Amino acid sequence: MSEPIIRFDKVVKRFGALTVLDRLDFTVQPGEKVSIIGPSGSGKSTVLRILMTLEPIQEGTIWVDGHPLWHEERDGRLVPASEAHLREMRKLLGMVFQQFNLFPHMTVLRNITEAPIAVLGMSKQEARERAMELLELVGLADQADKFPHQLSGGQQQRVGIARALAMRPKIMLFDEPTSALDPELVGEVLTVIGKLAHEHDLTMLLVTHEMRFAREVSDRVCFFDQGRMVEEGPPDQLFTEPREARTREFLKAVLAPQE
Amino acid sequence: MLFGYEWVTGQGDLAFAASILPMLLLGLVVTIQATVAGFFIAVILGLIFAALRQSRFRVVRYVTGFVVEFLRDTPLLVQLFFLYYVLPEFGIVLPAFMTGALALGVQYSAYTSQVYRAGIEAVPPGQREAARALDLTERRTFTHVILPQAIPRIIPALGNYAVSIMKDVPILSVVTVLEVLNVAKIIGDQTFNYLVPFTMVGALYLVLTLIASYLVRLLDRALPKTGLPLR
Ligand SMILES: Nc1ncnc2c1ncn2[C@@H]1O[C@H](COP(=O)(O)OP(=O)(O)OP(=O)(O)O)[C@@H](O)[C@H]1O
Ligand SMILES: [Mg+2]
Repeated sequence: MSEPIIRFDKVVKRFGALTVLDRLDFTVQPGEKVSIIGPSGSGKSTVLRILMTLEPIQEGTIWVDGHPLWHEERDGRLVPASEAHLREMRKLLGMVFQQFNLFPHMTVLRNITEAPIAVLGMSKQEARERAMELLELVGLADQADKFPHQLSGGQQQRVGIARALAMRPKIMLFDEPTSALDPELVGEVLTVIGKLAHEHDLTMLLVTHEMRFAREVSDRVCFFDQGRMVEEGPPDQLFTEPREARTREFLKAVLAPQE
Repeated sequence: MLFGYEWVTGQGDLAFAASILPMLLLGLVVTIQATVAGFFIAVILGLIFAALRQSRFRVVRYVTGFVVEFLRDTPLLVQLFFLYYVLPEFGIVLPAFMTGALALGVQYSAYTSQVYRAGIEAVPPGQREAARALDLTERRTFTHVILPQAIPRIIPALGNYAVSIMKDVPILSVVTVLEVLNVAKIIGDQTFNYLVPFTMVGALYLVLTLIASYLVRLLDRALPKTGLPLR
């Protein structure tokens, strides 16, 4: 197997006295599509937020693309990362938020071109062309000049996906991308994410409650509970014959009302 | 006689009122000047306080917080007397108008600094997170993401304080500033008719405040709620 693109090594995350991740070990291979499922409060979002450097960790090490994420190597020792290091590392990752978090005062086009121009130093022309390609990909080429509030939730989330992709990340993080959507708008967003899942090189981490979708698109599913990864495996195995009692319980609870 | 105008007495209140109107209007000009000067100081100083409260250094944050709290919790008149009577002891002698504008500006800077802070904090945290995920610099995030969304909340609130400052200007009369109330009092002292000039001051203030509040409302409505648009 090749070198993992993401490796959590005994990572501890606390909020005050509350331990949210408890010596977590977790690896993802390049190009792998991984779904994270689990009950509310189990630490799923925290895993993504730590990777996106939105939350620091207290103990352990995380390696992304061969480099420590929250540390820097200096004189052979790992020291806490500087903002400059974090800025470099962030270029590897893109994130799609549950609440979209589009910039409401920017047009759809500007939402997508802002960072490529300001951060990657792309020319306006180039960023615009690239943004239009991405809008084509998410099926919103005709909405480029609208403002977010003029779009439906599903459309806004598709813009959110295009915005993250515009930075050409190697790893895409999706934190419950369809949870804030009306049921009839979920499909259009999942279709776009499903399309991305065919991209061979793109590594994807998806936190979701859409079990059927997780089963379709992922190479591996991880079940989290109380800050630990209780079980992981190929979707067919994990969904049909989970090894752990806790996983069975959870799946029974979430699948029952749907079937 | 005041400002070269004569008042007309003994020909009824209407004639008297008409004769003192130009004097009161001159006083009103001073009132507006003091409002503008005080507001200007409050807007700038408040911004400085707000910035200092975000400082990396804890000492700076605490000292600024204490100063702002102190300014907010002491009466304007105390601050005014302090500036007017104590500063000269340190060799700083300012004209009465400047002292008054400064007192207004200093007192209201405590409120405006709060307005900036509240405006910035009202921008949802998800906006900062999205900016960080896109690797925008802190500075770019502030200028292109936070500020454009905070400004439409900040400006109307500042406008309301401008109206408040205007209503506080009469306090400057105690340090001899010839704003409209002081003018009315001088007229009353000289003519023994206080009713007409003070009533007129009340009416002038009413008109001025209504106009100013209306302008603030217009401004509020004109500003896009989602932030200053960036195409
Ligand atoms: N900023 C914070 N301060 C304090 N506690 C927090 C904070 N963020 C998360 N937590 C706590 O950490 C735990 C894990 O949160 P996390 O958001 O990762 O859960 P989750 O698995 O994503 O749940 P959900 O399905 O509800 O989104 C929860 O108990 C939560 O209350
Ligand atoms: Mg979550």
